[in-house]
Amino acid sequence: MSQSIVANFKLVKGPIYSHCFSQDKRLLAITFGTDCLVYALKAQGAPVLVATLPDHDKIVTAVDISVHGRIVTCSQDRNAIVWEPISDGSYKPTLVLLRINRAATTVKWAANGYKFAVGSSARIIAVCYYEQENDWWVSKHIKKPIKSTISTVAWHENGILLACGGTDGYVRVFSGFVKGLDSKAQAAGSPWGDKFPFGALVHEWYHGAWIQDVEWRSSLEKLAYVAHDGSLNVTDSTGARFSTFSPEGLPFLALTWINDHEILCGGYSCHPVLFTEGSKGWQFSANLDKAGPQPKSPSTAGSAGNEDSSEDLPFGLSALQKFKQLDLKGKVTTSVQDTTHENAIAGLAPFKSTNGSVTEVSSCGLDGKIIIYRV
Amino acid sequence: MSQSLRPYLTAVRFSLQAALTLSNFSSQVVERHNRPEVEVEHTSAELLFAPMHISRNEHEQVLIEPSVNSVRVSIKVKQADEIEQILVHKFTRFLEQRAEAFYVLRRVPVQGFSISFLITNRHTETMSGAKLVDFIIEFMEEVDKEISEMKLFLNARARFVAEAYLGEFVY
Repeated sequence: MSQSIVANFKLVKGPIYSHCFSQDKRLLAITFGTDCLVYALKAQGAPVLVATLPDHDKIVTAVDISVHGRIVTCSQDRNAIVWEPISDGSYKPTLVLLRINRAATTVKWAANGYKFAVGSSARIIAVCYYEQENDWWVSKHIKKPIKSTISTVAWHENGILLACGGTDGYVRVFSGFVKGLDSKAQAAGSPWGDKFPFGALVHEWYHGAWIQDVEWRSSLEKLAYVAHDGSLNVTDSTGARFSTFSPEGLPFLALTWINDHEILCGGYSCHPVLFTEGSKGWQFSANLDKAGPQPKSPSTAGSAGNEDSSEDLPFGLSALQKFKQLDLKGKVTTSVQDTTHENAIAGLAPFKSTNGSVTEVSSCGLDGKIIIYRV
Repeated sequence: MSQSLRPYLTAVRFSLQAALTLSNFSSQVVERHNRPEVEVEHTSAELLFAPMHISRNEHEQVLIEPSVNSVRVSIKVKQADEIEQILVHKFTRFLEQRAEAFYVLRRVPVQGFSISFLITNRHTETMSGAKLVDFIIEFMEEVDKEISEMKLFLNARARFVAEAYLGEFVY
């Protein structure tokens, strides 16, 4: 295991599309098939399962925990459910009236925890908030000009600007201003504009490849996104855009800001990659958790079963190896996996930070692992 | 391995690695469906990539059609003469009838190709991506060997049968 790993939990046998820690980092929620699992973190050892949130009947695509501890899950069965924690440790589900007729793909709470946005395959973003008099979560739709599935959404810290990206290759910033919930003072002095009526298109960028993840840096008013062409892009309200590419050519699925000048990305290369902003703009800086080319030791080469090494083995062993090879017809193990994640990284989130800079990042992968990296 | 086979297989390997970047993607046309977009007619064009056509010569080609949640890989196996045509047809048919056991095999090849594989996000999530690529590459290496072995065997057998049969007429 490499130096940068703090913790490595193999939680489930199946892909984790999304994970989220609670505000105090005591609870961890992950998606698993049609359920959402809630774990309690222990000081030592693996997390303990405390609750299963089972109400969805198709794949759960995303999960998020608000500052108040409410969990929201969304699923390909077109629904989102808000889970209110009750005192005995279980959760009370409330169905959200999303009014969409295709899969819900992504969900994010606004920073204040009173509303959330759901992206969907119905080419709609539903901004949902709680309505006291009816005692349910209602939604308002942002429809135009979205042309395809929304795969990612992100709230600005002011709770008004909502960035989204999807398979139509556009990154868009909308206003998610909800009357009666938000005040105009929240976005006062924003460089993105001065009036934000609900659903207004504030800015859009055409990228051309599917957008996999967007993330705000609210203090700098900057927006970073990763696309399926393997690029990481950083842009701001003037529309200026810096692009840099994945060193291995494989696309990223997730990104997270470390500080004002560093971004960590993860994706199909199975290990996080650090990018830094220098005098020449954004550039690749380091691979985390990736062993360099190692000298081949004879013990590892032997199991690959090349014919030369079997010659100098004693008689019985060479026969054994021969039959082993017959057994394992697909013996070509071109490369031993040198990363801790065995499959693509699907999500990244800051885990620990000291004075404005993230020091530890958690990741979830399609291999069912949650890994915490030291940056 | 011959000199021109290696670059051909390398090209296929890297194209496959790039194509196997799949995600779980629910249909945006049909409600509550999750289907391989590469197999669907009239799908949204933005979900499909341009197909990659890798060709060693007119007899040996690979077509890789990537999409957001599935990749279709079609292989044209070398067929130099009529016997090889028959052998390839029989061999691929044998495999296709047992497609369930192979997981990634498609029951019917794409028009103009001998055999097709359909890899979906479910496969890349449960299997190692590198091993899937290895499997396809190894299949391409082995199938030529297998066909020529079968052809040799068939010729030997035909010679033996002909000798035994025509031996009757020798006085």
